[in-house]
Amino acid sequence: MNGTNLIKIALRALANNKLRGFLTMLGIIIGVASVITMLAIGQGSKKSIQEQISEMGSNMIMIQPGADIRGGVRQDASAMETLKLQDYKDIVNETRYLAAISPSVNSSGQIIYSSNNAPTTVYGISSEYLEIRRYKIEEGDMFSEQDIQSAAKVCVVGKTVIDNLFKNGENPIGKVIRFNKIPFRIIGTLESKGYNSMGMDQDDLILAPYTTIQKRVLAITHLQGLTCSATKEEYTDLAIDEISEILRRNHKLKQTDDDDFTIRSQQELSSMLTSTTDLMTVLLAAVAGISLLVGGIGIMNIMYVSVTERTREIGLRMSIGAKGRDILAQFLIESVLISVTGGLIGVLLGIGASLLVNGIARFPIYIQPWSVFLSFAVCTLTGIFFGWYPAKKAAQLDPIEAIRYE
Amino acid sequence: MNQAFITDKREIIRLEGITRNFQVGEEVVHALRGVSFAINEGEFVTIMGSSGSGKSTLLNTLGCLDTPSEGEYFLDGIPVRTMGKNARATLRNRKIGFVFQSYNLLPKTTAIENVELPLMYNSAYSATERRKKAIESLIAVGLGDRLNHKSNQMSGGQMQRVAIARALVNSPAVILADEATGNLDTRTSSEILVLFQKLHAEGRTIIFVTHNPEISHYTSRNIQLKDGRVINDTYNNNILSAAEALAKLPKNDD
Ligand SMILES: Nc1ncnc2c1ncn2[C@@H]1O[C@H](COP(=O)(O)OP(=O)(O)O)[C@@H](O)[C@H]1O
Ligand SMILES: [Mg+2]
Repeated sequence: MNGTNLIKIALRALANNKLRGFLTMLGIIIGVASVITMLAIGQGSKKSIQEQISEMGSNMIMIQPGADIRGGVRQDASAMETLKLQDYKDIVNETRYLAAISPSVNSSGQIIYSSNNAPTTVYGISSEYLEIRRYKIEEGDMFSEQDIQSAAKVCVVGKTVIDNLFKNGENPIGKVIRFNKIPFRIIGTLESKGYNSMGMDQDDLILAPYTTIQKRVLAITHLQGLTCSATKEEYTDLAIDEISEILRRNHKLKQTDDDDFTIRSQQELSSMLTSTTDLMTVLLAAVAGISLLVGGIGIMNIMYVSVTERTREIGLRMSIGAKGRDILAQFLIESVLISVTGGLIGVLLGIGASLLVNGIARFPIYIQPWSVFLSFAVCTLTGIFFGWYPAKKAAQLDPIEAIRYE
Repeated sequence: MNQAFITDKREIIRLEGITRNFQVGEEVVHALRGVSFAINEGEFVTIMGSSGSGKSTLLNTLGCLDTPSEGEYFLDGIPVRTMGKNARATLRNRKIGFVFQSYNLLPKTTAIENVELPLMYNSAYSATERRKKAIESLIAVGLGDRLNHKSNQMSGGQMQRVAIARALVNSPAVILADEATGNLDTRTSSEILVLFQKLHAEGRTIIFVTHNPEISHYTSRNIQLKDGRVINDTYNNNILSAAEALAKLPKNDD
């Protein structure tokens, strides 16, 4: 018997029992819809975290002095003095995989302009920092190489700082503000970046030449950190290896010595933060998957009932020439039709529910095409898997007994 | 008995020493103990016997549903005993038309769809050919006006006619009827017998298994079974007309 005939027969059998078919489908519909919705919510929050992290900078690599946390208490990175200016210069000269690199020395404190003051952080950096952290100058200019050489008392300020200090809409460019009693002349302002995913205000900062902060604010010669940007995301690991090699050489570390610095990449940070949402996604999808399994068992149950109920029909079909495989195919197609139709409705319902979650609860969602295909494939497999045993049982019936079954 | 008349006809069925044993626990039940006969094209044969005599077992053998323990069975010249399951299914599909006591129509399904069913399992037929054949068969059994009636909207007699149409649709070598009038009242039984006689007159080969001795008067040959053996095999020289018998029956009360 050919496929079209088999599908016709299966459709007719389903049409004879519409309500039962629908109820059987319901399990699959709910299962698939919840898988799709759960994945959409999980992937949505993951994506939003990833987007916010990528806004932080491009292919960022962060180097800090001191070893990684290992069992015991970690020393405050700012207290470690292992990272030197020479390290910075060697990395600039020797690496092939870095697009930009900036030293960093920071200081927090009160910033004052006339009668206004506010707490903030001053970042001592080089001009490449803008590129790494994706900051843009809105008005004025970034400080120059010359300013760095001369440890000039100039700075570029973020929007929050401006709002805190210049209440009556004064133009901040050219104004002199004080940090730790040291006067800084504002030469530029930054475009606003807003809050990041961890709720940090990315506009509450002041950028100044790192030499100025080293000499005039902190009175140190070492660096608190280095911030870099790999030329390409794929090169991040290569860049890390290279930096690590340079630093170990400069610090004269022996083969057996542990690193006296820590290198972290933005990728790492991203995967660290998204691991929670990944776990959540897996758990949600697992729960949803269980309901799909229950739906599959429902199919098996109904198919068993159907085979028993239709024993005489099976006997008749066999006596007029149906082979075992025709009967097997008939019932298998029936269960696959139930599961695939259920899957189709489930996918639509799941997409609808996801959009609803997004629209009403303002939750970020992301429906990945693969999750739709996967649910669909799982449905078909569910139909085949759970339809197999009842169909096999039908195919193995003895026509002599089946035809006289009461 | 006209020997010349019989021998120039094609042999449709040939049984040679058929036995069928069933193992029931420790015991062996001998349902058939050496059955031999031949049936030619165009014969209308009743197979009779009391309950337990082996009628059903013989019918299952003739219908290629069961394989004998010993002996040879040739259907339209084809040796059946050595065939596999699938080959027998195909053979049933091409050579045999079954009519069962309890009709065995598909529920909620129209007459045409029921009659088409055997042809669904024969890929040589297209959907249009199938439909055409089904309609021809239904007309042949007098249901030309009920093509699209569903099985649950029909009387017992009509359902059995649909079942007969289904048995005819593949132009089988032999029609096997198993107590085909067993569930019907006297009048409807006679009507069905009239139909079988008509099919016989058209040259079809029919084997009618029954425990009702009446029926043998309307058929051309009578084979009697007892304890798994043929105890009587006679040709009927005086076939009664079922149509006449039907005319003599009192009209239906209801
Ligand atoms: N599947 C079977 N298993 C065991 N014994 C069987 C089986 N089928 C038939 N028999 C036995 O074979 C004998 C003939 O049965 P059957 O062919 O059904 O006779 P009938 O149809 O004439 O009543 C009976 O004794 C019956 O019990
Ligand atoms: Mg019987």
